[in-house]
Amino acid sequence: MADTAVHPAASSEPRGPKPRKKLSRNNIIIYGTLLVVAFYYLLPLYVMVVTSLKGMPEIRLGNIFSPPVEITFEPWVKAWSQACTGLNCDGLSRGFWNSIRITVPSVIVSIVIASVNGYALANWKFKGADAFFTILIFGAFIPYQVMLYPIVIMLREIGLYGTLWGLVIVHTIFGMPILTLLFRNYFTSLPEELFKAARVDGAGFWRIYFQIMLPMSLPIFVVAMILQVTGIWNDFLFGVVYTKPDLYPMTVQLNNIVNSVQGVKEYNVNMAATLLTGLVPLVIYFVSGKLFVRGIAAGAVKG
Amino acid sequence: MESSISIRDLSLSFGAVKVLRNLNIEIGQGEFLVLLGSSGCGKSTLLNCIAGLLDVTDGQIFIQGKNVTWAEPSDRGIGMVFQSYALYPQMTVEGNLSFGLKNAGMAKDEIKKRVARAAEILQIEPLLKRKPAALSGGQRQRVAIGRALVRDVDVFLFDEPLSNLDAKLRADLRVEIKRLHQRLKNTMIYVTHDQVEALTLADRIAIMKGGNIQQLASPNEIYNKPANKYVADFIGSPSMNFLEGVIDISGAPQFNSDVMSFDISGYEFVDGPTGGPAWFGIRPEHIVTGELLANAPVQFDAEVELVEPMGSDTLVWAKVEGVPMHFRMDGQAEVRSGDQMRIGFDPARANIFNKETELRI
Amino acid sequence: MSSERPNGLFRNIPAKVAAIPMIITALVVFMGGSLWTMAYSLTKSKLLPKWKFVGLDQYERLWSTKRWVVSIENLFIYGVCMLIASFVIGFILAALMDQKIRFENTFRTIILYPFALSFIVTGLVWQWILNPEFGIQSIIRGLGFTSFEFDPLYNADIAIYGILIAGLWQGTGLIMVLMLAGLRGIDQEIWKAAKVDGIPTWKTYLFIVIPMMRPVFITTLVLVAASIVKVYDLIVAQTGGGPGISTEMPAKYVYDYMFGGQNLGQGFAASTMMLLAVLVVVIPWAYLEFGGKKRG
Repeated sequence: MADTAVHPAASSEPRGPKPRKKLSRNNIIIYGTLLVVAFYYLLPLYVMVVTSLKGMPEIRLGNIFSPPVEITFEPWVKAWSQACTGLNCDGLSRGFWNSIRITVPSVIVSIVIASVNGYALANWKFKGADAFFTILIFGAFIPYQVMLYPIVIMLREIGLYGTLWGLVIVHTIFGMPILTLLFRNYFTSLPEELFKAARVDGAGFWRIYFQIMLPMSLPIFVVAMILQVTGIWNDFLFGVVYTKPDLYPMTVQLNNIVNSVQGVKEYNVNMAATLLTGLVPLVIYFVSGKLFVRGIAAGAVKG
Repeated sequence: MESSISIRDLSLSFGAVKVLRNLNIEIGQGEFLVLLGSSGCGKSTLLNCIAGLLDVTDGQIFIQGKNVTWAEPSDRGIGMVFQSYALYPQMTVEGNLSFGLKNAGMAKDEIKKRVARAAEILQIEPLLKRKPAALSGGQRQRVAIGRALVRDVDVFLFDEPLSNLDAKLRADLRVEIKRLHQRLKNTMIYVTHDQVEALTLADRIAIMKGGNIQQLASPNEIYNKPANKYVADFIGSPSMNFLEGVIDISGAPQFNSDVMSFDISGYEFVDGPTGGPAWFGIRPEHIVTGELLANAPVQFDAEVELVEPMGSDTLVWAKVEGVPMHFRMDGQAEVRSGDQMRIGFDPARANIFNKETELRI
Repeated sequence: MSSERPNGLFRNIPAKVAAIPMIITALVVFMGGSLWTMAYSLTKSKLLPKWKFVGLDQYERLWSTKRWVVSIENLFIYGVCMLIASFVIGFILAALMDQKIRFENTFRTIILYPFALSFIVTGLVWQWILNPEFGIQSIIRGLGFTSFEFDPLYNADIAIYGILIAGLWQGTGLIMVLMLAGLRGIDQEIWKAAKVDGIPTWKTYLFIVIPMMRPVFITTLVLVAASIVKVYDLIVAQTGGGPGISTEMPAKYVYDYMFGGQNLGQGFAASTMMLLAVLVVVIPWAYLEFGGKKRG
């Protein structure tokens, strides 16, 4: 065993952990900065919530940072069911349901197509596949504005311009680069032996996809879903270009409500409407936490 | 002689997890100590504590007689070499060697002298202007050693420095590190999980498990007189044969198991003959065959099950009375599975451990 | 398996079928669409695209339009400030978060949440906070500093900085997360080596870690730059381009001319300019990132 002789000096200092002040200068700087930053980031959310719970008279009198004296949920009700865009006065609810009708099929279609595509690129390379993929990734950087009008023409040609399915196609197209990259990288990271073993066992393209790849890829599908749901829910440009007013997604409707020039500005209703629009992505964000971070990191840091 | 490094009652816990438990080690001037153990045994953690990269929970660390328990790593008089080399990738080799010295405000001439000396010792002069990315693994590790060398310190710490290299290079660099130690005569602490590295390099080996030191002794003693069953099992490849049974000391000491019993009067007990349930261990290379049987007081008939020719020697897996045993034979030995053969050993070379405590008896 | 090797075109059929959407998107929409827009930017298209070639007339008109020039200036100011500020703040925040702090998850959640929001939401919130009658200006005046002035959205000279504040609020979290991922990717032994060498933390960051993170920086830079060029929703929601034309941006110019002004040619020319701006950033990067590796 080790030398266990008792040393005369063993009891004297320094001994044990290095003494550290709880409030060292470093810690004050670190936590101080982070607290100030956190304050700056939370402030707008706080202002929105507080304002949306106040009545108009109180808003005109007080400042926007003070908590409501009298909490009222009327602005929320009004934003949901009565706020006006132009002549329509049936509130944001219509936009909300439109956004749901747009988001659900767009997310499903885009993920199905991109995952199969990513799988083909990762495991079934064919000649020219890399060239198409490169163009696709390049496409992610092309400003949408360049492709806006040609897509209008294409959609018009197939009779889908101004329809829900037209917009679904647009979301599928513009989601494709990032999703394909995401899935391709994920499938490439799976052990190739697995794929080879399945081929030796005689499984084909679809069989391997459904029975081997899919069951192993749940997390990446969740990441892709988070990415797409927030992305499509938050879209404004495509909604405004490719749909008609009765199909406008929530973001477009929100902007029309808040930035309409008619009538008195009801800030509390506006804030409630804004919060309502932000609610879906916020809930997804707070619930998904690390997966959300993983999604944007995977999407952003190259493959 | 004053010890170079003295570790006294050192403990480290992360929350409720005790990583190091009350360790005491004295390391002599110029000694080469190897910390050996499987992953998670605390060997790297101990090294990081000595380097000052981890704050200890209790205890003290002395380096060259100075209490450095609270000192910064750079003030401890140590140099350290890492598994991943940890070279600064955007600096040249020269930059890597001199960055720390420059930062400490050393005179340019002195820096130049030290870099030149380190480069000469490690034979990396032609590489000085290159960047790490343009070096091979072995060259990178030399540069990493050089970075410790230029600090001109008394103590070198190595954290699994050869683990990222392929087998051939590892053997070469191992020899070089040994040569370096002979030339510089610094105190060196070397962490590894590779027992060959440990046995070949060390003056003393500390075998660690679960934050404790199982045995701290010379390679020879560790190999021949392991302090407990864990050490006996850990050291040696292929590992030791173990037989389960009872020691009977009513007459001449005798080992009895369900299927065999033999006389062990040649065995040197630690505290005189001790009876009771025990593990009887014998290394594969201490089991003999053929002519050597003349010197083997204990002999059995074995049935060969499997033969592994390894070039320099042959490893035979056999059964004795249904109990598996493996042993080494000459590389030229002609054995086939199914063969019957006579084997034997000298109990003097055996290791016997108490069944409960697993300590050597 | 048949002994004859099948024709290359018919091998691997399901994979090729699966790739059809990608091929159509890449060739027809991305390449075809871009080329179509570039071609028609050379025509006199008004309400409808018409193939009446006029050379570079649209571009001449574009660059002599004050609104476009202001848009480009704004994009430049916004882009440069946004890049510098978001990188500096994002990196500092990431470095702070990397100090083994408590509540790291909480801080990260707070700093990143605006990124989950729509630009429309961001724009509207900051429009409200920067409103001089209710927002920060009125609060600080209420505290007694009656001459305090902070009304970026109502002052044409500084309105673009009001947009910048909102843009930073939304985008810095992303940079921080990417930088933090980069920092976490640095070999911990590098830090240990620097400590043994006695190099202070700030020097380790400056001379060792930041140079090591160059690939992360460049990739992030390209991503952020490409997204800055596209800025549209934020402007529409926060200022609508005003006051006057002081916060106009190229993307908005394109939209307004294409779908509002019934002047497609101008829209095509402006969007082609946007494409050029992005290519100037992306092509050298792609060359460095992917072209260089194959050779070296």
